[in-house]
Amino acid sequence: MAQMNIIQAVNSALHNMFERDETVVSFGEDAGFYGGVFRCTSGLQEKFGKHRSFDTPLAEGGIVGIAIGMGMNGLRPVAEIQFADYIFPGFDQITNELAKLRYRSGGEYSAPVTIRTPCGGGIKGGHYHSQSPEAYFTHTPGLKVVICSNPYDAKGLLISSIECNDPVIFFEPKRLYNGPFDGDHTAAMVKWDSHPKGEVPEEYYNIPLGKAEIVRAGKEVTILCYGTMVHVATAAAENSGIDAEVIDLRTLVPLDIDAIEDSVKKTGRCVIVHEAPRTSGFGAELMSQVQERCFWHLEAPIQRVTGWDTPYPHSLEWDYFPSQARITEAMRATMEE
Amino acid sequence: MSDFGLVKIMGEDSEVNMHVPVPPHREGGTSFPSPHEIPAGHHTKPSIDCAGEETRDLAYGLLRVLNDDDEAVGEWDPKLSADELRAALEHMVRIRAYDDRMMMMQRQGRLSFYMKCLGEEAVSVGAAMAMENRDIVVPSYRQQGLLFVRGRSMVDMISHCITNSNDNVKGRQMPVHYSWKEGNFVSISSPVGTQFPQAVGAAMAFAYRGEDSIACTWLGEGTSAQGDFHYGLNFASVYQAPCVLVVVNNQWAISTHRNLAHGGSSFAARGIPYNVASIRVDGQDLLAVYAAHKWATERARAGHGPTLLEMYTYRGDSHSSSDDPSIYRPGDGYENWPLGDPVDRLKAHLVKIGEWDDARHEALQAQCKDEIIAAYKEAETHGTLKDGPFPPVTTLFEDVYEDEPWHLLEQRGQVGI
Repeated sequence: MAQMNIIQAVNSALHNMFERDETVVSFGEDAGFYGGVFRCTSGLQEKFGKHRSFDTPLAEGGIVGIAIGMGMNGLRPVAEIQFADYIFPGFDQITNELAKLRYRSGGEYSAPVTIRTPCGGGIKGGHYHSQSPEAYFTHTPGLKVVICSNPYDAKGLLISSIECNDPVIFFEPKRLYNGPFDGDHTAAMVKWDSHPKGEVPEEYYNIPLGKAEIVRAGKEVTILCYGTMVHVATAAAENSGIDAEVIDLRTLVPLDIDAIEDSVKKTGRCVIVHEAPRTSGFGAELMSQVQERCFWHLEAPIQRVTGWDTPYPHSLEWDYFPSQARITEAMRATMEE
Repeated sequence: MSDFGLVKIMGEDSEVNMHVPVPPHREGGTSFPSPHEIPAGHHTKPSIDCAGEETRDLAYGLLRVLNDDDEAVGEWDPKLSADELRAALEHMVRIRAYDDRMMMMQRQGRLSFYMKCLGEEAVSVGAAMAMENRDIVVPSYRQQGLLFVRGRSMVDMISHCITNSNDNVKGRQMPVHYSWKEGNFVSISSPVGTQFPQAVGAAMAFAYRGEDSIACTWLGEGTSAQGDFHYGLNFASVYQAPCVLVVVNNQWAISTHRNLAHGGSSFAARGIPYNVASIRVDGQDLLAVYAAHKWATERARAGHGPTLLEMYTYRGDSHSSSDDPSIYRPGDGYENWPLGDPVDRLKAHLVKIGEWDDARHEALQAQCKDEIIAAYKEAETHGTLKDGPFPPVTTLFEDVYEDEPWHLLEQRGQVGI
């Protein structure tokens, strides 16, 4: 089995799908000849031709618009939005058009579009290269929302996203592209080489959408998280000595509610972690679900650890970014009761 | 600075220098400009493989085939047979009868909302007749003519408009937001302009598969102010997508006159800097509309790239059943439009060449009226606006996704289905 980082895993998924299905095409700003600013689409144009992997004008509304048109007319487009922070010019096309096409046409038309976009902070990107806008899309019926946390999942989930006949917003936490990140920015950079999830088959496989993964089994408290926070939360559990069960949600819509319910009913405690701002963040939905389903099993109020309700800061990034310490504090708060 | 009082930003003698255009008729003139002074037959017809920029004269001019004596003249005369001309006339008369009946039903409360295309019938009929049914159309909301030419059942159209149990879009959209996949007619969406880049993508998909089908899309001149218009033009130009992009310049976007949509003189001219072949067309002249679409369609099909067409026309009635244009365009009624009416003009041409007469025309009008009355009656057997039956509540949860995820199944359970 090969060792890959997330960039290589995404690239491998695209190569597999380009080989298996001639209707799969990929495009975006710098995503053709150059292979994307993060190199996720590299080699595709060279190997499969510029009709299958191509550069676009710098216009997200146009990129999503043509993706819808191609998708409704028999292709399976994978559009890259260079940074999730730049998805907003395409917002109308995504939320009003892509998400609703099947519904508004009575099921006659649909567009199996995957929109790949790097999200999240931890790279000193300031507020236009660090945002986590997943909640805008989880709030839009008709979209599936996926966020990966490691190379193995990135490939398997991306393949399932491309194969999905519904539109999928596929978030790639860019801080994790080259290695896992436990939140300690002073530590030496870790690569995926030594991580078990860095082992990725070259050949096709998929991971079904809608399935969470228990990345660390535990009995005392459940941590619900996704993306980069999976690694920060796992480290917090290891380093605090608290026997936490860490669940990587992987797909936010549709949510793996059984995994959540089983775990919280077992531990009786729940901490929710995400990078995005707190107000109306996806954590609010998770809290509601847990409260509705597990209230009589809860030993303590549910805790949220999130980004603050501020634009994503540049110099104060580490004061914003949810830390192991904050997660540990939240776990302890659930255990004081 | 005073505390929350009147903040005065100008001195007593200051003059306002900011320009805000108003429709000319509000300043004593008429809102009707005069590109029609370009005579029929004026323009030469370039080869379909010409560079987009070579169409400059057509973009700033006006393509007309029918002259003031009701004759078809010039290089652009498509030489349609008498049968084809009569078919075009029949479609337009039927659309008009349909629109009139539907608006009457709306006024009687048997329909919630409606939009007529009075004055714009040739725009969609000429386009549809110049295309093949396999060509995908991504319309705006005033191209019902496409459905008529492609042969959609009026009963199904009416059923959609009254959202009864026979509505193929399951009551999810306002009236006139048709979808008809069988006829390659893409679901209409209310956000304006979004269809432009989508049509370009659909065209790219045809090119990708090596098929010679094309895509055609329409938006209004008001919508051309949206970014999507420019995305569509630019992406079409960059990828030489086999598509025909149409701006229907019917002079009014609800109450917004076209001079608030751009500061230029022609919407077609916007295609020239994109090196997209561009033609301004007399939208009341069925032969000119057909000829322009035929040229653009052949150009796209042969792989020579996109064309932008401006259909120079007039919104003959209100924007919709919710609108009263007498408030904002008094005196500028449709009867004053200098380029006339597409039905009258085609009829006059057919009479001129001895292929039609008043008696046949009246018989056709009566026949179309009877058809629509019968169709409305039949549609109401599938449910009326007042009493239904409407699509079942289960359809609320269907088609959000291909398969219903657990949370929708759960919510469906909560409403007892």
